[in-house]
Amino acid sequence: MSTLLEVTDAHVSYGKVEAVRSVSLTVAENEIVTIIGANGAGKTTLLSAIMGVFPLKGRVSFLGEDLARYEIEDRVARGLCLVPEHRELFATMNVEDNLQLGAFRMSKAHAARGFEHVYTLFPKLKERRKQLAGTLSGGEQQMLAMGRALMGSPKMLMLDEPSLGLAPIIVAGIFEIVAKLREEGVSVLLVEQNAKAALKVADRAYVMELGEFVLNGKAAEIATDQRVAASYLGFAETAAS
Amino acid sequence: MNTTILLFLLQDGITNGAIYALLGLALVLVFAVTRVILIPQGEFVTYGALTYASLAAGRMPGTAKLAVVIGLVAFAFDLYAMRKTLHVPKVARAFALHVAFPVVVLLVSMWAADQRMPAGVSLALSLLIVASIGLSLYRIVFQPLAHTSVLVLLIASVGVHLAMQGLGLLFFGAEGQRGPTLLTATATLGSLRFTGQGMAVYGITIAFIVGLWLFFGLTLYGKALRATAVNRLGARLVGIRTTLSGQIAFLLASTIGALSGILIVPITTLYYDTGFLIGLKGFIAAIIGGLISYPLTAVAALVVGIVEAFSSFYASNFKEVIVFTLLIPVLLLRSLAAPAVEEEKD
Repeated sequence: MSTLLEVTDAHVSYGKVEAVRSVSLTVAENEIVTIIGANGAGKTTLLSAIMGVFPLKGRVSFLGEDLARYEIEDRVARGLCLVPEHRELFATMNVEDNLQLGAFRMSKAHAARGFEHVYTLFPKLKERRKQLAGTLSGGEQQMLAMGRALMGSPKMLMLDEPSLGLAPIIVAGIFEIVAKLREEGVSVLLVEQNAKAALKVADRAYVMELGEFVLNGKAAEIATDQRVAASYLGFAETAAS
Repeated sequence: MNTTILLFLLQDGITNGAIYALLGLALVLVFAVTRVILIPQGEFVTYGALTYASLAAGRMPGTAKLAVVIGLVAFAFDLYAMRKTLHVPKVARAFALHVAFPVVVLLVSMWAADQRMPAGVSLALSLLIVASIGLSLYRIVFQPLAHTSVLVLLIASVGVHLAMQGLGLLFFGAEGQRGPTLLTATATLGSLRFTGQGMAVYGITIAFIVGLWLFFGLTLYGKALRATAVNRLGARLVGIRTTLSGQIAFLLASTIGALSGILIVPITTLYYDTGFLIGLKGFIAAIIGGLISYPLTAVAALVVGIVEAFSSFYASNFKEVIVFTLLIPVLLLRSLAAPAVEEEKD
């Protein structure tokens, strides 16, 4: 398996506060990698910085190419796509328009295939295609955000807290889709507070604490790690309820 | 007051209101997409009007040369920004947009100025000249400031307004000008007389509003522009460049400004600085629409036009005072109704 995303010695700061310190990670093709950690550990910051939303000190390369000189839009064009924590949908536009804009850089034929693909993955979105994005339920909005990202045929999808504020049954559905995406050849970098669900679907995991990675390894091993079990798995259950 | 005067004032108000509506819509569009409060909108009006009048009178307007000069500067900016990755298609696109386009327009205008072309040709050329100025202006002034606060953008906007007004004086002189009417036919309905120009104002305004509505509702680029206005980060995350949206917004705004000017200049004499006041009326409408709502802005513009018509009949000395006073109750209501908002969101 070749490496898709490689982050080396990344630092991200908000003014004087260093939110991410010396973090390195890799994601290979066809791999699901998760970053777990408590609220405020710097997971969202790291993901946003990889996408280019915040400046990042260190090296980020995607498909062997250094991303430093690329803006967000150019990173999207290279197949890196972020589904942000707040989803950032076009609230006053309908589902179909949101999806269509997801394929903004694609050809018409490509967009048509994208619609088919997304509507098969999320039949709910097809039912609601004329509804305004802002009036969807939380779960539907998450589906739309993922669908919109998929319209651009990314090679790698970065999902930031896809389960946040959603009912357990919907969360299960979203994680099923994540597994399905890998089968279709999309790598996933998943940031989650719901560590239990994330570790179940992921191949590898990084544990983040106060801006640093404290542990990494196979997801199954991390899931049985004493420290992780104590500080995240127990916590995750109360957080999800 | 009798019905004839009432109808006449209403008609006059609606004619002006239609133009303010166009300007107001452009202001809302530019603000929503780029967060720039477009003070120089009035200069686009003046430039459009006086370029049209000059061309129709067989004079070569200075604005065509200005378009070439600032186009060259904009191209230099683009080249400098792309110095690390001299990507040929991108350079070619920038060249076409900022150099080839204004140069071709300049050459055509030079040729057309000698020929006494029909009003339609002068109109089209004036629109192209001002559109090209708007595009390059965005590249030079507002694109480098895109990440700054609304206040910084406003200050830059005021600066552009002052510079353009000065250049307007240089190009067109202090004398007022009038342009030829677009349609000369007249029609009477009861006691009302409809001039061809009045009909042209209604027709073009309605056509433009319908056109904008179709553009925003149906085309991918129109939707991309709306998306940028609704959620800037979301738009970037699907690969819509803020720069592209800004360019389209400025292109539309400068074209709309120029068009408004061309529609007014056969009705009223325009001076190099008249546009500012006209732009401000559009601005009042845009403010009443909260700088967000297109329909509210259009309706408010008609109200502004009608109030203006009636106040110029009853108290012509206080015409502007009355029109601008409209803002006070609106701002009061808005500040009472709206929850306190953070000045800067992103």
